[in-house]
Amino acid sequence: MPETPHRRRAHIRTRDLERYAGLFAERTGVMRSSAMRDLMAITARPEVISLAGGLPDTSTFPAGTFAAQMTRIAQESTAEALQYGPTEGFAETVDCILEVMGAEGMLPDPDDVIVTTGGQQAIDLICKTLVDPGDVVVCEAPTYPGAVPVFCSYQADVVQIECDDDGMRIEDLEGVLERLDGEDRRPKFVYSVPTFQNPAGVTLSLERRQRLVELARQRELLVVEDNPYGLLRFAGEPLPPLYQLDGGDFVIYVGTLSKILSPGIRLGWAVAPPPIMEKIVLGKQAADLCTSTLTQHFVREYFAEGRWREYVDSLVEIYRRRRDTMVESLREHFPAQASWTEPQGGLFIWATLPDYIDTGDLLAKALREDVAFVPGQAAYVDESRGRSSMRLNFSGVGEEEIREGVRRIGKAVAEQVDLYNTLTGEHQVPAPRAQGEGTERADVLPFRRSGEGSA
Amino acid sequence: MKVAVLKGGRSLERGVSLRSGARVEDALKRLGHEPLPIDAGGDLVKRLLAERPDVAFVAMHGPGGEDGTAQELLEILGVPFTGPGVAACARCMDKVLAKHELREAGVPTPDWFAFNETAFRELGAGDALGDLEERLGFPLVVKPSRGGSALGVKFAASSPEVPEALVSAFSYDDRVLLERFVEGRELAVSVLGSEPLPVVEAIPTGGDRYDFEARYEIGRTEFVCPAELGEAEAAAVTAAALAAYEALGCAGFSRVDLILAADGPQVLEVNAIPGLTDTSLLPQAAEAAGMSFEELVERILDLALDEPMPAHLGVLSRGSRSRT
Repeated sequence: MPETPHRRRAHIRTRDLERYAGLFAERTGVMRSSAMRDLMAITARPEVISLAGGLPDTSTFPAGTFAAQMTRIAQESTAEALQYGPTEGFAETVDCILEVMGAEGMLPDPDDVIVTTGGQQAIDLICKTLVDPGDVVVCEAPTYPGAVPVFCSYQADVVQIECDDDGMRIEDLEGVLERLDGEDRRPKFVYSVPTFQNPAGVTLSLERRQRLVELARQRELLVVEDNPYGLLRFAGEPLPPLYQLDGGDFVIYVGTLSKILSPGIRLGWAVAPPPIMEKIVLGKQAADLCTSTLTQHFVREYFAEGRWREYVDSLVEIYRRRRDTMVESLREHFPAQASWTEPQGGLFIWATLPDYIDTGDLLAKALREDVAFVPGQAAYVDESRGRSSMRLNFSGVGEEEIREGVRRIGKAVAEQVDLYNTLTGEHQVPAPRAQGEGTERADVLPFRRSGEGSA
Repeated sequence: MKVAVLKGGRSLERGVSLRSGARVEDALKRLGHEPLPIDAGGDLVKRLLAERPDVAFVAMHGPGGEDGTAQELLEILGVPFTGPGVAACARCMDKVLAKHELREAGVPTPDWFAFNETAFRELGAGDALGDLEERLGFPLVVKPSRGGSALGVKFAASSPEVPEALVSAFSYDDRVLLERFVEGRELAVSVLGSEPLPVVEAIPTGGDRYDFEARYEIGRTEFVCPAELGEAEAAAVTAAALAAYEALGCAGFSRVDLILAADGPQVLEVNAIPGLTDTSLLPQAAEAAGMSFEELVERILDLALDEPMPAHLGVLSRGSRSRT
């Protein structure tokens, strides 16, 4: 019998590990943990209702359209679709991107656009271009959990600015910038998801958008606007993106088709002023030469059909109902001490429980009931923060599952609240806090909207 | 030899178990055996009945795999398996039960008090907390009785921190223990058959304690094996570990975790099925004893096959078993 090759792993021994560990770059020491990854692995079990993912619903994408377009590409563009492409992306892909940005009132110069492998790569390339170890990067608190490992791997000194229902507190940002001035330090950029933020679901108000852009101009400070969800609005009036307000001098824009078409195609982009773009292109070349040409062909075909807005509108309708269901379920099943945001769009609700509940431990308890969420600490660089909060996703599962999932989490929370009250002899239920009341921190994210009205 | 590798399952340590299992499978192939990977789920018994393995390598961690549940099934089916038997697994998994056994056998273990959730909810056990805190002193450690890899283990520095720590610990199990915190070096002694392997010392490089993350991430913890111990210290640690292993009725292999305090070793717990991942302590200890991972796996299999099966059990015919 011919000998089958063995996987190399069997050769790894302790002393090899030590040798490897001695070779690891310093940045790996700040890369983040496996504990959460391990818990998250369990959430993938089929019986678990997962409110943990950030998954858009791809089940309603018309299969016939998908099949016809891929067939056409296979038959008519075989050689090109299987070949490398330009590092910046195809001009036709950039045209599609301009169409998407145009839908939100932005008109960038096509030369300022680079097609990336998902928005995630855009964040990585921007850091690669701008961040040296120890450099300050400012972001929201909580921030996009997927950005945290990127900032950490570039050894950024991350400063997180509190959010409230109107997004990042720009007055706090100003305070931080002044403090940094005093230390003779300057942030390389401010990273923000201003619209339907991940994980908090909140949206930066128009006044704060204007103030942020003004600050950027005054201080020649770069702002990275990550806008995956802007077109997924269920309520309220659209707000101009920072990029539009600024015109693209100090705002670097990150976009993606993940939430309006498909995350599986891994197609995102960055828009940046030419000198920065030049470096980003070099970084992209080093990272992966080009974004999948096959994917770009698909995007071109899909946009040529001219029905992408219809599909986005259908998603918005689905997500609106799911958000409503989740908010109703939270009111029904979460205890009075809990609070949560009520987003006008996007995919996420951020809920906060009493301080004595650690949502990492709560996740273990919830998993025994076959339900999962993302513990809040994932959204902070300092893992001791956000420990009583959780991110709940409402786009990835149906309404019935949302109802049942929230009911199970609520039951687990109620048990913990009861136990704590029994242990401490506190039986009174504090009245829900109204907006703007109490201490300085009381209105920091999240709090319940006053009047409990739907967003 | 056809070796079923039981791994995964539903416990919170599923990820660790999958890594242990994969590593064992690789070693089995290198040894010329036929590994049969089984992610323990609803079809476990069906697969064992259909495949009729010669022996099962249990690489499961946490409740469901390390607590005797899987072992019970294997006994009923008459499949010899690695590691401790049903009763020893059950004792090791339940830290409260294990500590009672240790104390009865005269093995030093830190003072503790245990409660189940009902005691607090219905019997007013909370009223006794103040007294217990005084007797154990601060800081104290709050742990779920059943759980592994330091999940749900909290340190309370003062009285107001205790309720919060209890809420966390009760997230993992309906029984928890409050334990006296013992300052000292963190040591682990793996026992193979009845032989102790060299002592491993775990020194976290970041953070202050050997937590879940440090356990499974390369570079987060520095391991020293053999640990730098004086002759008398090493003898005391090894003796305490062996006594614990025997007191709990372990067989095959297990790992005893201890603290070496100023006044001698204290046994914290015994892991019936310790991790076998790239960063786990048992493989490191074996290597320090001059044993490769393959040799370790082979030795564990031999020990499993030497163990007599309870005569009244065994659904599968054992006559077909052959050694290759």
